[in-house]
Amino acid sequence: MRGYAGKFAEINLTEEKVTEVRFDESTLRSYIGGRGLAAKILWDRLGERWDEVDPLGPENILLLLTGPMTGFYPGGRLCVSGKSPQSNGITGSTVAGEFPVELKCAGWDGLIITGRAKKPSYILVKDSIIEIRDATHVWGKDGKQTLLKLSKEVREEFDKKYRERLWREPGMVYIGPAGENKCRVAGVQAKWAHGAGYGGYGAVMGSKNLKAVLAKGTGPLPEVYDQAKMLELLDQVRKASIANDVWRRWGTGYLGYYVGNVQSSEPVRNWQEEWHDEKSFAVDQFESRVWVKRYWADFGCPTACEKLSVVRCGEFKGAITDNPDYETQAYMGTNLAVFTPEANIFLNSVIEDLGFCGIQVGNVLGFAAELYQRGIITKEELDGVELKWGDAKAFAKVAEMIAKRKGLGDILAEGTYRAALKLGKMKNMDLLKYAVQAKGIGIGAHGIRSGLDYPQLHSYPCGAQGGDHTSVAYLPITHPSSEHTTMLMDSGVYCMFNSFSVTPQFQIDFLNAVTGFNISFEEWYNEIANRIIAIQRAALLIGGPDAKWFGSDVNPPRFYEPLPTGPCKGKAPKLEDVEKMKSEYYKAVGWDERGVPTSETLKKLGLFNVDTILKKKLGL
Amino acid sequence: MSSKQVWITRDFLRCSGCRMCEIACSLSHEGRIWPEASRIRVFMYAPGIEFPHLCAQCHDYPCVEACPTKPKALSVDEKTGAVHVDREKCISCGNCIRACPGHVPFLHPGDNKATICDLCNGDPQCVKICREAGFDCLNVVKYDRGQGEALNYRVYARHPRAIAEGLTELMFGEKIEV
Repeated sequence: MRGYAGKFAEINLTEEKVTEVRFDESTLRSYIGGRGLAAKILWDRLGERWDEVDPLGPENILLLLTGPMTGFYPGGRLCVSGKSPQSNGITGSTVAGEFPVELKCAGWDGLIITGRAKKPSYILVKDSIIEIRDATHVWGKDGKQTLLKLSKEVREEFDKKYRERLWREPGMVYIGPAGENKCRVAGVQAKWAHGAGYGGYGAVMGSKNLKAVLAKGTGPLPEVYDQAKMLELLDQVRKASIANDVWRRWGTGYLGYYVGNVQSSEPVRNWQEEWHDEKSFAVDQFESRVWVKRYWADFGCPTACEKLSVVRCGEFKGAITDNPDYETQAYMGTNLAVFTPEANIFLNSVIEDLGFCGIQVGNVLGFAAELYQRGIITKEELDGVELKWGDAKAFAKVAEMIAKRKGLGDILAEGTYRAALKLGKMKNMDLLKYAVQAKGIGIGAHGIRSGLDYPQLHSYPCGAQGGDHTSVAYLPITHPSSEHTTMLMDSGVYCMFNSFSVTPQFQIDFLNAVTGFNISFEEWYNEIANRIIAIQRAALLIGGPDAKWFGSDVNPPRFYEPLPTGPCKGKAPKLEDVEKMKSEYYKAVGWDERGVPTSETLKKLGLFNVDTILKKKLGL
Repeated sequence: MSSKQVWITRDFLRCSGCRMCEIACSLSHEGRIWPEASRIRVFMYAPGIEFPHLCAQCHDYPCVEACPTKPKALSVDEKTGAVHVDREKCISCGNCIRACPGHVPFLHPGDNKATICDLCNGDPQCVKICREAGFDCLNVVKYDRGQGEALNYRVYARHPRAIAEGLTELMFGEKIEV
């Protein structure tokens, strides 16, 4: 097996036991790694009683997986998965950083974390040694403090214990207070301003009493199948990425003005609008005012689309974050009507320290602010906070209430979908019409109403990961934007942003050079990607214990309200057009008219027990 | 041919933290991607504060001085000025690591022998990739050994903690203990 370290570690936190797990070559070829293998592992272990498994209970499994491409393809990433406390399905959520490379160099392709630790703990991987350690002293600490403290402690311990070198910091993923308090909008964080957000796995980590996982590997990356070919392709993709100059210079940050102003598809005031003309929020304002590091990269990345932002003066002095990338420019900015770079960075800095996913918490903060705007929730209910559009400090206060589950924060911590249901019941109103989510997952900052952005009418309703803007159902399925393509990145586990300058075929060639799997374009799209999506789909349809999604492939109601402002004013999709796209998509992926993968499709993909369990659970 | 030696300059503020230098170095020396065997290592005591750490070829070579074997396992390559390690003679004592003001050398994770940048015989691979990517954190300069430059270069052989704390002051506007 080439490209793989060859073994996974299963860490049972309840019994404090570590065991080795191996997958045979045919399983790895069928599921690759990362998101694909996560679907396989979760289904094999939990499929039969999927609807009963509480995502925040000890029976859930937290997966931290690399893929065969990790470390080789530019931009190393880690795939975080498990049963999602947002969708009750399976989400493959990836985060950049050096942790996955350290893990692979330590000889592990991934960690399968089960059970629940008795007290706050962290896991330390040092080559073949894996230890579960006490993390009481960092429990409750914010993101930056947690990282600096644990990283230093371990580094200095190594310096004393292993005298062969001055040690560098280990790779690390961790949670903030939001994860500890099991907020469903919490992410698994890495470095600063890096996070696996979609899916809410910060809450899963918190439910396991797991504060952080650190890894240091001193070995080489695994051998690859055809090193000469791999190096040739590596050189090509590096050169192509380096030539993509706008992307390198501004990262996704340049979209903050463009998507809002030209494409009319950026969330503004909880998606009440999708257009703005705030030149104060254009990327040059960030570049010239707050970027202290203009090229900030993760392992092996020549693109460096991240930028380090620090507010050096004024009322938000001391705030630190990345670019911010487009998504958090939007969700910590335009969606809350915050239109100054410094305030946007301040909010990002606050929510990262608390351990939130910027998209998910931005979605629920926008939702709360709209309820405040409409007088549905009041200042009194918000502990005296006047949650007015554009008031970054007010939003920061509510974010803290959410992280600590204080007052109304306790309900908002459940995420937009569940909060809308709970508050709706309390207020005896339909609040789902203000909830901009799909399958319990807040929708990424790319709307569909103007028709000018990449997501299609059925993208969010039919996507295997709900509102995830990096995994959208798309026609044709072979399009670079489709989730059948991003599945390659999430399962090979490398960065999407180093793939824009090359074709999907190129990436399949790279995968083959690393693994020797000899997978064809057709096999990828029609079999492998479709197989993984079918499992994710089955898990989503079954759902439970609370939300289930059979028969609810829908866009949020807001997407049918005509755009009120901008050059696309009046535009909104027609329901019949959405339904038409849905039917076409179902046909393309082999699902019936209700969106259930047909027995024929599942059997063709070798998913016999998915067929049996799915039909039984749905009563079909 | 000029008798000038090469030195790798480092502009810390330009380091993106991409570690392509480590990939290039380990591919060139080990035939594998092997970050902890790379002679150039990017330290990140705090995220955002990434910088390369590698041999500065001190004019007085304290590592060579500290090498206890007879004859010494460590010697100076007259052509490049790099520290040469005779792996047969090295006894893995670690004296060179402790003698180095920057603790730059390390014992190789494979054969446990002292490992130090060899300047790729005058054509450093780490510099090549850094410049190809346009980050330009690393550069090659030529100099005459024994002149003032050599003395100055030694100041780059500092403990990474000191470098990192200095950089936090510069980047974040306040000193962060790392």
